[in-house]
Amino acid sequence: MSESVNGVAFVILAFASIGGAVGMLTTRNIIHAAFWLLEVMVAVGGLYLLLSAEFLAVVQILIYAGAVSVLMLFVIMLTLRRREDSVRPVEVSIGGGILVAVFGTVMYVAIARYGDRVGEMPIVVPDTAALGELLFTQWALPFEVASLVLLVALVGAVWWSREGDDR
Amino acid sequence: MSQVLAPILPVLAAIGLMLANGVVLIYMLRKVLGHLHLRLGPVHVGPKGVVQTTADVLKLLSKEDVKPNGVDRWMYVLAPVIVFVPSLMAYAALPFSETLRITRLDTGLLYTFAVLSVVPLGVIMAGWSSANKYALIGALRAAAQQVAYEVPLLLSVLPVVMIVGSMDLAEIVAFQTGVWLGVVPRWFVVLLIPSFVIFMIAALCELNQTPFDMSEAESELVSGFATEYSSMKFGLIFLSEFSNSFVISALAVTLFFGGWTLPFVPDSVLAPIAPVVFVLKTYIGIFVFMWIRGTLPRVRIDHLMNLGWKWLIPISLAWLMLVGVVVKLVAPGGVA
Repeated sequence: MSESVNGVAFVILAFASIGGAVGMLTTRNIIHAAFWLLEVMVAVGGLYLLLSAEFLAVVQILIYAGAVSVLMLFVIMLTLRRREDSVRPVEVSIGGGILVAVFGTVMYVAIARYGDRVGEMPIVVPDTAALGELLFTQWALPFEVASLVLLVALVGAVWWSREGDDR
Repeated sequence: MSQVLAPILPVLAAIGLMLANGVVLIYMLRKVLGHLHLRLGPVHVGPKGVVQTTADVLKLLSKEDVKPNGVDRWMYVLAPVIVFVPSLMAYAALPFSETLRITRLDTGLLYTFAVLSVVPLGVIMAGWSSANKYALIGALRAAAQQVAYEVPLLLSVLPVVMIVGSMDLAEIVAFQTGVWLGVVPRWFVVLLIPSFVIFMIAALCELNQTPFDMSEAESELVSGFATEYSSMKFGLIFLSEFSNSFVISALAVTLFFGGWTLPFVPDSVLAPIAPVVFVLKTYIGIFVFMWIRGTLPRVRIDHLMNLGWKWLIPISLAWLMLVGVVVKLVAPGGVA
């Protein structure tokens, strides 16, 4: 693909992902917020695709857009008692403000200081099989630890939801 | 051909195929279900009722677009689009023949499942924005069952990927050419029957088809998540449903029935008719779906969830392990 086409796609996707994030934070309707988040996830998947990370893009859509968003919508819809409850007023709190300020400062300093340290892109795009091999040899331990964390979360969720039955 | 036109043409072709497929499948569904129920199906418009669907499409296009009060406007309008677009995108990786396909993807199989996994979000969107309790219950049921059955569906195709060593759909087809012992075609359905059975059950559920069509169970939920939709918005939702039938059936053909190839037929004869073979096989698959639809009664939602989580997932995990061990024993360095 030519450079200019990539550039146009990048601008669209960048605005889509940041705009979606802003939309998610500013909307007062929690269901809308969930769908904005979904839009951000899809746009980020598109950015992966621009970097020729085909497998990562597909997995991003499959896991985050296809499964995590549905799960979040489920939780939201099951905990809302009435349809009108989905719209909430915007609450301004001092703690939240401080958190935003700290996070913003840290991110600004990090980008200002280390922003130019971008890794070099490989000339040949490694295929999915190469990624799999790397994941199960060089990065086998972090991979297993990540799956263990997910397993713990799963067991915890089951335990949590069973607690109510005994009483 | 100009540089701009060349990439657009396959997309237009996919839209054309999707529309034609919708028209054909509606007629086929009415006729097949009709005859299975000892009825005739449509007979009046055109010879044997073949023009009935065309008339219906025209009716759908010219109908008033009713928007009920109290809907969440943006989401209500956007939902049919979000249901429709992934269905269209799913055609991108399907190999109709060795050369005829929209694009060749290294991760073709995963890509197709990934885009199809976005459809439930459109369904939830439609159900919630309609501000109608039947629509909402239908949408939640649809999403719950589609998320539940995506896991066994993906697990059921993993043995195929393990044996072929690639997620490229064309390579999976190429692996299945030829015959064993001179008579048995080298199709994965012979080698991996449990995978195929799990795939079929999960696919039926993914497609919201009877016996798993709780999401639009007419007798309980009017028309499920599509209740409040009319005219062409309804048309889009319906079209995407029929298109998903085609895509899933095409995937079944590609993964388990040798795609565009036929056993005993030499390549020189096969090459020009390969896309026809592929589409014919796909429609045979759709016929089987309809056959099941016309034969079995609907199951209950809790039974469905039990079947998915407590049976299909453990069985497919155990089968996956077994296949993995056998593959390792037979070919320690990988098969491909």
